[in-house]
Amino acid sequence: MEEGNIRVLVAKPGLDGHDRGAKVVARALRDAGMEVIYTGLRQTPEMIAEAALQEDVDVVGISILSGAHMALVPRILELMKSNGQKDVKLFLGGIIPDEDIAQLKEMGVSGVYGPGASTEDIVAQIRKDVPKRA
Amino acid sequence: MKLSQALLNQDRLALTRILTQVENNSEKGRAALNELFPHTGKAHLIGITGAPGTGKSTLVNQLALYYRQEKDYRVAIVAVDPSSPFTGGAVLGDRVRMRDLSGDPKVFIRSMASRGNLGGLAQTTSAMVQVFDAAGFDVILIETVGAGQAEVDIAKLAHTTLVVEAPGLGDDIQAIKAGILEIADILVINKADRPGVENTERALRGMLELAHPTTRVFQHHSQRMVVDAPEMSKEDKKLWFAEIKCTVAKDGEGITELGEAIDRHIAFLRESGGWASRERTQLQSTFDSLLRESLFNRFLDELSPEIYEKTLSKIMTREESPWSAVQSLLNGRKA
Repeated sequence: MEEGNIRVLVAKPGLDGHDRGAKVVARALRDAGMEVIYTGLRQTPEMIAEAALQEDVDVVGISILSGAHMALVPRILELMKSNGQKDVKLFLGGIIPDEDIAQLKEMGVSGVYGPGASTEDIVAQIRKDVPKRA
Repeated sequence: MKLSQALLNQDRLALTRILTQVENNSEKGRAALNELFPHTGKAHLIGITGAPGTGKSTLVNQLALYYRQEKDYRVAIVAVDPSSPFTGGAVLGDRVRMRDLSGDPKVFIRSMASRGNLGGLAQTTSAMVQVFDAAGFDVILIETVGAGQAEVDIAKLAHTTLVVEAPGLGDDIQAIKAGILEIADILVINKADRPGVENTERALRGMLELAHPTTRVFQHHSQRMVVDAPEMSKEDKKLWFAEIKCTVAKDGEGITELGEAIDRHIAFLRESGGWASRERTQLQSTFDSLLRESLFNRFLDELSPEIYEKTLSKIMTREESPWSAVQSLLNGRKA
């Protein structure tokens, strides 16, 4: 195989313990032929950035239901940048108020998906955003 | 600076990029392997295999902690999980059990999907291990996919192979079957706090006794009789007698003893010349499979696609058998 599969890290930062959404997304990405590295609950931004580096992923998908997204997201983006991973796309799911979305996208978040979002849309967006690489 | 040079200078971004290139078997990946190969051959490769759910990842987590705390080794982990045979996708979940290692710059964990390969490893796992070896990791823990009875490729790659069992998975007939139990340098009975651990241990110990009898133990009408085995031959003294270790990986119980057993195995390999012969097996299997693959590709390149298709359709109509078709293609028949 000359061309790698798309690799996605699915992580859940923060202290809330509800990971069903993250698991549904992980499963959907798997069924779309992607390789999903699932890290589980209660990850710190440092743990997520470190895993993204070690796994050399194309996409990081995080799920936040606790309302801490405006603190966690910029920290994760900053750590990934300082690790030299400038091309990694960040996708966000969970409970994100509409008024925060514009600001999150400005920070560099590629997509925000709330309750009811279709997994097909997430797959399509990832396929569009991630360039093929050898 | 070149990526492979950066890797030798312990640059983690270079390491992760090269691992991806090698995993995808790309042009760049093969070039990097050429440059890195002279720097390989130093790391101790430990394979961890066993059925799904026996606790391989948790055990790997504990072993990595042991090597960090007791020996200050740099530890790399390659964890393989299966790819879907239908979509090629995968969920790689071994990191979930390895949270304790996070934040330690001397530990590097990489998850791999098996990408259709059978045997418990991915096609490029051994090449990935070479990259970690060149990067200066002292010990490389290789976790296979949850293995059944015959996924034994790991024994060709690792210096030391641990086969992880758990209580309640099989009886003494399972224990004398050929396959995965045979490749164990150390048998680990994990979850040893569960009921039934004595039975598992007895079955496995009985299996080992049959293989290399040091004493002869008979269970006769629930009487235990022990007789000394005949004097060991010189040949036998050069053999490694697989050890059995009980652990409760989630609590870290038995890990130090397991680590010491692994140390004994390395010492044995170095003394007996087993290290060199395992190295030879490993490099030979790499060499052979590359040779096979490139000869196959070269042959297909030289064969016109029409001839290939024509032969295939003859096979499908049962006009010609696959065996005779191969024979005549090799003999240069033109369709």
